[in-house]
Amino acid sequence: MTAYSLTHLRQLEAESISIIREVVAQFENPVMLYSIGKDSSVMVHLAIKAFHPAPLPFSLLHVDTTWKFREMIEFRDQFCAEHHLRLIVHSNRTPEAQSLSPLIHGSKRWTDVMKTQALLQALAAGNYDAAFGGARRDEEKSRAKERVFSFRDVHHQWDPKNQRPELWQIYNGRVHKGESIRVFPLSNWTELDVWQYIHREAIPVVPLYFAAVRPIIERDGLLILRDDERIPLKPGETVQPRLIRFRTLGCAPLTGAIESDAITVPEIIAEMLVATTSERQGRAIDHDEAGSMEQKKREGYF
Amino acid sequence: MTNSRLIADDFEMLLEEQDRKGMVRLLTAGSVDDGKSTLIGRLLYDTRMIYEDQLAAIRRDSARKGGDGGALDLSLLTDGLRAEREQGITIDVAYRYFSTLKRKFIIADCPGHEQYTRNMATGASNCDLAVILVDARHGVVRQTKRHSFIVSLLGIKHVVVAVNKMDLVDHSQEVFDTIVRDYANFATRLELPDLRFIPVSALLGDNVVAASTSMPWYGGETLLHYLETVHIASDRNLIDMRFPVQLVNRPNLDFRGYCGTVASGVIRRGDDVVVLPSGAVTRIESVIAFEGEVPEAFPPMAVTVTLADDVDVSRGDVLVHPGNLSRLDNAFEAMVVWMDEEPMALGKQYVIRHTTNTVNGQVASVRYRVDVNTLGREPGAPLAMNEVGRCTVRLTRKICFDPYASNHVTGAFILVNRSTNRTAGAGMIVDRATSLRSLEDHWDRETLESLPTPALSRISADERARMLGHRPVTLLLTGLSGSGKTTLAYALERRLFDAGLSVCVLDGRRMRQTVSRDLGYSESERSENLRRATDVARVLNEAGLICLAAFVAPSAAVRNKARQALGPDRYLEVHVSAPLDVCRERDVSGIYTKADSEQLADVPGVSFPYEQPEQPDLVLETDRLSVGDSVERMLELLRDRSVITSR
Ligand SMILES: Nc1nc2c(ncn2[C@@H]2O[C@H](COP(=O)(O)OP(=O)(O)O)[C@@H](O)[C@H]2O)c(=O)[nH]1
Repeated sequence: MTAYSLTHLRQLEAESISIIREVVAQFENPVMLYSIGKDSSVMVHLAIKAFHPAPLPFSLLHVDTTWKFREMIEFRDQFCAEHHLRLIVHSNRTPEAQSLSPLIHGSKRWTDVMKTQALLQALAAGNYDAAFGGARRDEEKSRAKERVFSFRDVHHQWDPKNQRPELWQIYNGRVHKGESIRVFPLSNWTELDVWQYIHREAIPVVPLYFAAVRPIIERDGLLILRDDERIPLKPGETVQPRLIRFRTLGCAPLTGAIESDAITVPEIIAEMLVATTSERQGRAIDHDEAGSMEQKKREGYF
Repeated sequence: MTNSRLIADDFEMLLEEQDRKGMVRLLTAGSVDDGKSTLIGRLLYDTRMIYEDQLAAIRRDSARKGGDGGALDLSLLTDGLRAEREQGITIDVAYRYFSTLKRKFIIADCPGHEQYTRNMATGASNCDLAVILVDARHGVVRQTKRHSFIVSLLGIKHVVVAVNKMDLVDHSQEVFDTIVRDYANFATRLELPDLRFIPVSALLGDNVVAASTSMPWYGGETLLHYLETVHIASDRNLIDMRFPVQLVNRPNLDFRGYCGTVASGVIRRGDDVVVLPSGAVTRIESVIAFEGEVPEAFPPMAVTVTLADDVDVSRGDVLVHPGNLSRLDNAFEAMVVWMDEEPMALGKQYVIRHTTNTVNGQVASVRYRVDVNTLGREPGAPLAMNEVGRCTVRLTRKICFDPYASNHVTGAFILVNRSTNRTAGAGMIVDRATSLRSLEDHWDRETLESLPTPALSRISADERARMLGHRPVTLLLTGLSGSGKTTLAYALERRLFDAGLSVCVLDGRRMRQTVSRDLGYSESERSENLRRATDVARVLNEAGLICLAAFVAPSAAVRNKARQALGPDRYLEVHVSAPLDVCRERDVSGIYTKADSEQLADVPGVSFPYEQPEQPDLVLETDRLSVGDSVERMLELLRDRSVITSR
C-alpha cells in the first residue's frame, strides 16, 4: 500500500473502534451483547483494543437459550476469565419458557421466547441505554439498511421508518428515558473480512467452527450435531460420525452444520472463497417466512 | 492432510495479498427504473458475490413477480425492506458489499425517488466516488441534475456517469456522445473535478465487468476496472493535522490518554501541539495503538495519545499544530440539507453535533435556497424537508472547525431537534473567506468610484432640479416592523406625484427580494443591506428624484453612515414610531408571531435592538396620527427644507 493509506481491514478496524468509543462517550450505561460466535469474538477484540490499556468500561451480556452447544459455553467462560471481562448471563425463566422446547415448538416460537423476550428482560433489568450487537449489514437483506446507531423505542421496537439519517461519522445517540440505541460496530464488515481479521489478529473462536468428526443426525435437510442427550432420535434417524464444521452458531438443535475438512482459519477462508451458499442458510430462523428477519427485528430481536 | 497443508501455505500468500487490499466507498444514484438495482446486481453477480441460496431466492421471487416472463431479475437481489418491496421502490439508503482481488467496495445504494434528497446526502456523506445512472433513452433529466448537485455538494470528487440501457438505443455512439455533451455542459456549474462517462448495459453486462463487444467505438475502460483503479488516496487531507478528542482514557493515576480518530494530517510523537479552544501548548509524548507505541498516526486511524504536560483536555477539544490552527468561532456559514418533516425554525435552539462536540445553536438566517433541480437560487426562507440552503449558524460557544471543502470531518455537522431527538439537518461549513466577503464593512472602503473622477454627465444637478421643480433628497423612514413606514411612504408618493413631482419609493421588503437577497438579518448583514440601499438611493437622487426609503434601519451608527454617504443636505430622517404592542397587533408581515414561536430570530424590538433616532428631522407617532396627518407633516418638512416649494 502507498504511504499513509490503510488496508481495508485496518480501515474497518479503525471505524469500529471509533464507534465503540463513541458509545462510551455518549451513553451512561452501555452493554455489549455477546453471542459467543465469531462476530462477537471480533467485536470484543475490537473493544479491548479501543480502551487499551484500560479494561472494558462495560459488561458483556449473553442471552443463553439453555440450548447452546456445550463447547460454546466452555469457550465463553474461558474467554471471559482470560480477558477479565465482566459477563452477565441471562435466560428466560418464566413458566412459559420453562415449558418450551426447540424440538417441539419450532424455531419461530422458540426464538421469540428464548432469544427476543429473554433479551428484552435482560435489557430492562440492566436499564441499559445502549447495547452493542455484532450484526453485519451483509448478513441479510433487511440488515442492509440498518443504521450503525439504531434507534429503539421504549418497547425496544425497531421502526424502519423512524430511523435517523446517519451522515459522516457523526452519530446521534440522544434518547429519552426508556428509549435506547442498538449499536452495530461491525456494520461494514463482511463474513470474509471477519475471518481475515480473525486470522490476522489470531483471535480465538469456538472450536466448532473447525472441522472435526462429530456425531450427526440428518434432519429436514440440516445436519444436526447430537451435542446433548436432550436431542432424541426420531424414528428412522441414526447418529453418524461425520466430518463437519459450523459456519454459524446458534441453538444446537436448530443450527445446521456443513460438511468440511477445514481445520485452520486459512482453510476456512479458502473454503469460503469457493462457497456457493450464504452463511445464514444454516439458520432455521430465516427460513420461516419471507421477511422473517425484518419481522423479528421489529419485535426487538437483534 | 499433507496435501491440504501445502494448499494452506499457498493460501497464506493469497491471504497476505488480500491483506493489502484497499477500500473504496461508492454511491449509486439514478431515477427510478434507470437500472440502478440491476447494475448493482450485475456487479455482485459478475464478481461472484451472490451465493446459490440467494440466487435461488431471486429465481423464486422473479418467477413470482412474473415480469419478463420470470427471467432472472438481478434487481431483486438488492431491495431490502418488505414495505418497500411492496411499493416496488427503494426508499432508504442500503449498503452492499463486494470485493475483488484488488479492492473491497462498499456501495451506498441511494433511492431514485423524487423526494429523497436527504437519503442521497446521507449516502454521499461517506463516499469517495459516485456512479450516476442515466437511461440512454431519456438522457440527462431533472433527477440527474439533482443527484449530481448533491454529489458535488457533499464533496465527492470522482463521478462516473454510467449511461445505461445502451442495448435499447442500438448501442449508438451518437446517443452516448449527445448525453456526454449535455451532461458536461450542465456540470460546468458544479464542482466535479474528476468526471467520467461509460456506456453500459446493466441487464446484459456490457462494460460493467466485462468489456462490451457491441460497442467497439468505446475505447475506454469498464466500470469495474475504473472502480478498481481510480486513485482516491490523495483525496485525503494529510496536511492540516486535526485530532478531535473523543474520549479521555484514565484507567489509573499513572495513565491519562486521549482517544480519538485522526481527522486529517499526520500526528507524530514529539510534535508540538495546541489544544483548542483553550490554546494551551504542549507536546505529543506518545501515540499508542493496541499493538503498542507507533511513531505517527494518520487518517482514519483510531489511536490514543498522551501529552507531555498536564494540561486540561476534554472531549470535544481538538489538537492541532501551532503553525496550522483551525478556525475558532461561535458562528459560521454553511450549506444545510434539511432532513426532518418538521421544517427548520429560525432562532430555535438545536443541538449541534460537530466532530466530537455537542453544542447548542440556532440557524440565524437563511441567505438563499437552492432549487435542487435547476440549481437556481431562491430567496431565503426556513428550509423544509429535502431542501438545501445557505444558512448562518450561531452557537452558544466557540468551536474549532474548517471549511468542508478542505476537511470533511471538521467541516461537517448535524442539527438535532432537542425535543424529538431526531436528526433534523446536516451542514457543510462554507469557507469563511468567501462567505464573509459580503459581510465585510464596505461603508468606508475606498472604491474606484469614490476616487475623484471627472463628471461624465453633462447635466448638472441644478439643471435637473430646475426642470423637475424640486430638489433631490432621500427621506429615510425608519421604525419597527408594523410601525407604518411602507404605508406612509406610498401615501406620500401619491401626494407628491399628484403635485407633479418626480418621486419613487425604495421599499425595504423589495430590496430584500432583489439587490440584497443574499443577505440575512445579522447586524453586519443589516448594515450591508442599508449600504446597498443608500447606493441605490444615491443613483435615484442623482437622477433628480425624491427617494422615499422605508427601512427598519435599527442601528443609529449605520443610519449615520447613510447620512454621510448621501450628504447631509440630501438626507432626511423620519422616525415612524409606534409602541411595540401596537406594531405587534398590526403584525402586517406575521413577523412577530414567528418571533414568538421561535421561528424567527433577530426581530428588531423583540430579539434585536432598535436604537431610537436621537435627532430625527421628524417623529411621526402613528398610533396617534392618521395617515393623512402624517403625510401632511412630511410635506411640511419637505417644504421647510426647501425640497419642494411652498406652494
Ligand atoms: N434493456 C435493458 N433493460 C434494463 C437495463 N438495466 C435495467 N433494465 C431494466 O429496467 C428496469 C428497471 O431496473 P431496476 O434495476 O429495477 O431500476 P432501478 O429503479 O434504477 O433500481 C428493469 O425492468 C430492468 O430489467 C439495461 O441495461 N438494458
